[in-house]
Amino acid sequence: MAVAPQPQTDNSDDVVAVPLRHPWRWVFGIIVTVLLAAFIWALVSADSIQHDIVFRFLFDSRILIGMLVTLGITVLCMFIATVLATLLAIMKLSPNPLLRWISTGFIEFFRGTPLLLQIVFWGYLGIIFPNIVLGIPYTDVIFQSWPTSQVIPALLAGVIALSLNEAAYSAEIVRAGILAVDSGQVEAAKSLGMSGGYTMRRIILPQAMRVIIPPLGNEFIGMLKNTSLLQVIAVTELYTVASKISSANLAQIELLVVSGFWYLVMTTVLGFPQRALERKYGKGFVAAAGGKLLKVSRL
Amino acid sequence: MAELMVDARSVRKRYGSNEVLKGISLTVTQGEVLCIIGPSGSGKSTFLRCLNHLESINGGRIYVNSELMGYREVGSVLHEMKPSEIARQRMSIGMVFQRFNLFPHLTALQNIIEAPIGVAGMNQDDARNLGLDLLKQVGLSDKADLYPFMLSGGQQQRVAIARALAMKPKLMLFDEPTSALDPELVGDVLDVMKSLAKAGMTMIVVTHEMGFAREVADQVVFIDNGQIVEMGTPKQVLDNPQEERTKAFLNKVL
Repeated sequence: MAVAPQPQTDNSDDVVAVPLRHPWRWVFGIIVTVLLAAFIWALVSADSIQHDIVFRFLFDSRILIGMLVTLGITVLCMFIATVLATLLAIMKLSPNPLLRWISTGFIEFFRGTPLLLQIVFWGYLGIIFPNIVLGIPYTDVIFQSWPTSQVIPALLAGVIALSLNEAAYSAEIVRAGILAVDSGQVEAAKSLGMSGGYTMRRIILPQAMRVIIPPLGNEFIGMLKNTSLLQVIAVTELYTVASKISSANLAQIELLVVSGFWYLVMTTVLGFPQRALERKYGKGFVAAAGGKLLKVSRL
Repeated sequence: MAELMVDARSVRKRYGSNEVLKGISLTVTQGEVLCIIGPSGSGKSTFLRCLNHLESINGGRIYVNSELMGYREVGSVLHEMKPSEIARQRMSIGMVFQRFNLFPHLTALQNIIEAPIGVAGMNQDDARNLGLDLLKQVGLSDKADLYPFMLSGGQQQRVAIARALAMKPKLMLFDEPTSALDPELVGDVLDVMKSLAKAGMTMIVVTHEMGFAREVADQVVFIDNGQIVEMGTPKQVLDNPQEERTKAFLNKVL
């Protein structure tokens, strides 16, 4: 934007005042610091935690591979879940009652039952349905049949369970994002001859992303930790690996510290791509583009 | 005689039991400017939105460029059109909104070229040149890469006009295009509209700008309570109204 040259401003009559002091902020700050220090000291000095074991296993190759598996499952599941969630959200907003009904039913079902139960269900699918059969239903005609446990190994079962569950939650996030876009946008798009699908892809979703990304970041972190539930179907992710090691060497607490540390590292690091995405989709919106609109007051 | 661009025949529109358009009939020939005036809630904006089928109608017929809007008539039976057919019909009708409705995530230039590229299938370079030309036409050559929130209301509305023009419409609809603007910004937008009218664009303008109507309009229609009360040249309707309701309305706004 072209800005006209500003004349030198005269600051001589600016308000000069002693800034408001906030003594209670100092008091609470000291209390919190003392409590935190005490807690950390308790952890460090506890005899029950053998720190050398923690450090020995912190960079153990099995732990590091488990961490990569966790990260891989998380990224894959979130990807599948987000795509599925977008479809479900669009279906739920569709004028077609059948699509609406299917979407609502899916969301209700997968939100309404415990995740752990769903993981066990997919993991034990081979026991419920020993074979996956391609044929004509209600007849004896069978083209092909495969044993379920081979088609769906534990890892795949885990990915399916986490993806479907997450899709149900994320669908509502995506739907909220779509509803947050001003209805005038759809009218403008229609008046230009854009089809419904084109409008959704190029006009609505890019604007909805701005609203969707922060809560989806939350879901991402939730997913990362929920992968630990896959221990019950013996997927070799971080927590499973750690608990396997600890059941051999009986250093349960130490390995909890090890896996906890790595979960914390991963969730912290994942904040960076989220902020990058927020900037990308915040373009064209005042608050995101300006960045620091909130004034930070001093202690 | 010039070709009929818009032919509305006893258009009726209901919301539930509330009838907002009670049989509106009017015609607009090619190159003509029609201004619709009337109190708020009179149905004038609704009528405009029916013309490009943003609202479906409950009675009557609307023909734009000799095409029945939104329906196919087979014998005496009306069939709803597919969304893709309606979208095709809308391509030749530009619309400008009171609240601009620019796409906030796109720059001024991107706003203008989105539909030509994505809907009309124009190639990137041609669209870019077209977009820059249109920005020049509305006096905003230096704003191509700014996002809408960086522009004033008047500038946003001019980008919105350029965006509608980019689809090379045969008819332009303006829904109170200056009502949301600060008074000192109204003039720039009206100037753009005037030069459009001079260039021969067929326009229907819902407006409260009586000066604009007097200067530019070929026809003025006064709508109240879902009906046309009075229709004629600006001189007839604005300077020498025959109906009491028209007189009362003009007394309030002039």
